Amino acid sequence: MDRDRDRASEGRRLLSGWGRTAPTAAAVRCPESRTELEQALAAAGPRGVIGRGLGRSYGDAAQNGGGDVAVSSRLDRILSVNLEAGLVTVEAGVSLDQLMRAVAPLGYWPPVSPGTRHVTVGGAIASDVHGKGHHRDGTFGTHVPSIDLVAPGPGPLTITPEGSPDEFWATTGGMGLTGLIHRATLELLPIETSSVRVDSERTPDLDATLRVMSERDRDYRYSVAWIDCLARGSALGRSIVEFGEHARLDELPAGRRSRARALRFAPRDSLPAPPWVPSGLLNRATVAAFNELWYRKAPARREGHIVAAAQFFHPLDAVDGWNRIYGRRGFLQYQFVLPDGEEATLRKIIEELVNHRCASFLAVLKRFGPANPGPLSFPRPGWTLALDLPVSFSGVARLLDETDELVATAGGRVYLAKDSRLRPELLEVMYPELPRWRKVRERLDPDRRLQSDLLRRLPALADPTQAPARPARAGRQP
Amino acid sequence: MRDALGAVGSVLVLGGSSEIGAAIAGELARPRSAVVILAGRDDSRMGAAAETVRAVGAGRVETMAFDADDPGSHEQVMADAAGRAGQDIDVVVIAFGLLGDQCADEAGGPGAVRLATTNYVGAVSAGLAAARLLKKQGHGAIVALSSVAGERVRRANFIYGSSKAGMDGFFQGLGDSMAGTGVHVMVVRPGFVRTKMTEGLPDAPMATTPDAVARATVKGLQNGRQMVWVPAQLRLVFAVFRHLPRPIWRRVPA
Ligand SMILES: Cc1cc2nc3c(=O)[nH]c(=O)nc-3n(C[C@H](O)[C@H](O)[C@H](O)COP(=O)(O)OP(=O)(O)OC[C@H]3O[C@@H](n4cnc5c(N)ncnc54)[C@H](O)[C@@H]3O)c2cc1C
Ligand SMILES: NC(=O)c1ccc[n+]([C@@H]2O[C@H](COP(=O)([O-])OP(=O)(O)OC[C@H]3O[C@@H](n4cnc5c(N)ncnc54)[C@H](OP(=O)(O)O)[C@@H]3O)[C@@H](O)[C@H]2O)c1
Repeated sequence: MDRDRDRASEGRRLLSGWGRTAPTAAAVRCPESRTELEQALAAAGPRGVIGRGLGRSYGDAAQNGGGDVAVSSRLDRILSVNLEAGLVTVEAGVSLDQLMRAVAPLGYWPPVSPGTRHVTVGGAIASDVHGKGHHRDGTFGTHVPSIDLVAPGPGPLTITPEGSPDEFWATTGGMGLTGLIHRATLELLPIETSSVRVDSERTPDLDATLRVMSERDRDYRYSVAWIDCLARGSALGRSIVEFGEHARLDELPAGRRSRARALRFAPRDSLPAPPWVPSGLLNRATVAAFNELWYRKAPARREGHIVAAAQFFHPLDAVDGWNRIYGRRGFLQYQFVLPDGEEATLRKIIEELVNHRCASFLAVLKRFGPANPGPLSFPRPGWTLALDLPVSFSGVARLLDETDELVATAGGRVYLAKDSRLRPELLEVMYPELPRWRKVRERLDPDRRLQSDLLRRLPALADPTQAPARPARAGRQP
Repeated sequence: MRDALGAVGSVLVLGGSSEIGAAIAGELARPRSAVVILAGRDDSRMGAAAETVRAVGAGRVETMAFDADDPGSHEQVMADAAGRAGQDIDVVVIAFGLLGDQCADEAGGPGAVRLATTNYVGAVSAGLAAARLLKKQGHGAIVALSSVAGERVRRANFIYGSSKAGMDGFFQGLGDSMAGTGVHVMVVRPGFVRTKMTEGLPDAPMATTPDAVARATVKGLQNGRQMVWVPAQLRLVFAVFRHLPRPIWRRVPA
């Protein structure tokens, strides 16, 4: 880390999430040790402090306007690797990229990897992130045997799923609001190669997409569908469904079977996107053309395609700063989950999005497996859809307000790590376990030193809403 | 707290009985039933404005005392308003202002100085107090209702026009001073708007309504604009007017 630059920036800095919307100014600190984390909590003024990793959450979860933000950039050490047990202990600021580069050559892989590897372990725990393997492996938090947390009330704690389940599950998915994560121990998945064997299938419509995913995903560790969100009518929901397994050594081409070669993980440093790409680059025509080409290019069915892990797990990481192509006003990602059995609602929502012709590249659809005990952990068994939307697209506010209603009514929820605009009164409907989480938070942070813009935007995180949820007129703007 | 699409949780209007102010507050408050605080002098007129704002879909609406002519009180007014909001103040609308009576004020009496005090001194003092509060929060927006009359001051209303020219320049500078603080300052320059301020005056060309000003304001905030003209064509009109020779400009009527 560049220390001088860090020090010069101890003053206030404008921070935003990955979507680059609604920036706010905060005093940035970079604690380097447990003592410094404790100091960061103790020094927090009336507007509090929040932890921040690599700022890959889309909205305002890692922002704290007028207060302090404790960035984990100096907590970047991998402390120990236990090869027999497949465990690694790291500081919270270690990124999955760093971890993969370190453990892949040793024959290990993080058991859960989100769509970008540029996230920190602290951020992955606080958002309880999921990957393409959720139907089988669950969330990130499920593979964390212990967390060292510095909580404002009780001070430094080691929390585990067995010994302190309340604190542990309130922290995984707790959006940084239970304490500053200092260290964590993670389970690792043994791999023979750093490649992935991919089977894929092109589906003509939504029914086929859902059917293929439901029937085939149990046979694979990883699965995901890329939906063409511009296809309408009978092609609505057409997708490329991808299934993956870590490739075994004997599946690699003969010349690449040495252990060192097979486990090599050194993705090229990403190409930076030009800083001022014209924001008109993404419009309906370019997106439609791209999607058409991409869909046609894919074979109807392909088996046993061997690809590099980075290409399978993190295709977007190949272009650094791609979030800038959405222009100055930024963009948002809408991700929700609907319980199994709500396929009709899923269809309705996709229809709405398609009818509004909101330019979005691909939407990502996935079937989640069982939930974990985290009261704020996002995944629930069912279907999750994630799509990017430029905020300049007119009518997006109303469209998503209406979609929120459909999601909430169906017993679904939106993902807080992606959220930047949820209707606040629906939070308690979507997260019915919120009261249980608030109680644990009160214990860990009785003086409410942990604060964030997300918390201010969705005050029900801290306190029950007085007004009844869902006012009659909500969402229908005249 | 403002969201990614510009919906806000709270709005404070200084000059709480202003018709344009109420229209802006309503338009801002509607999507998320935001809290609106109207701060002004006249309780009954503010009560009526509160009704309007409630009717379009604001959540809690409160009124409180504020006098632009009492700069010593402005810091406290901002603190009280924040307390009443019970959350951060997302937008402060500087809506107070006097149109004055140019002929009478030229002839003598206290009118001209009063107008200059309210429109300029009051705006400077309230603007700085608002900026200090928002800067502490690390975010927020100030909407300053200027006027096309301040873009180039005319013979026919130079007392009002110059007060707007002064406050317009002040808020542009304030906006620049807030770079990097998370605070956004936007100057709104309406043309002729039909409100109680212009009651009885004949419509000027391109006359508009408080609702049109409100819509343009909300859109400008979402787009991060520093200056908004209402209607938008006035910007082009004034690009020409700015260069008219003085002998001609002098004769442009009110
Ligand atoms: C391209 C892309 C693809 C993505 N794909 C997925 C996906 O497939 N699945 C998925 O689940 N998510 C996905 N995400 C979201 C991302 O994984 C999460 O937002 C993650 O939390 C980001 O980690 P970060 O280190 O950047 O944390 P930040 O964004 O900086 O912070 C996220 C949260 O973690 C908290 N936090 C961070 N560090 C600490 C700490 N040390 N102590 C306490 N709290 C802390 C913050 O307060 C905040 O609430 C994706 C994001 C991008 C940009
Ligand atoms: N209408 C137009 O054509 C037009 C055009 C361009 C710009 N503007 C500007 O837009 C703003 C709003 O105007 P409007 O059309 O909405 O007129 P308005 O309804 O008359 O509003 C102006 C408000 O300012 C208040 N005010 C005056 N002096 C005050 C003081 N000392 N302290 C507190 N409040 C005070 C008045 O409150 P009281 O009820 O107490 O008198 C009045 O409600 C003004 O700044 C105006 O100059 C208007």
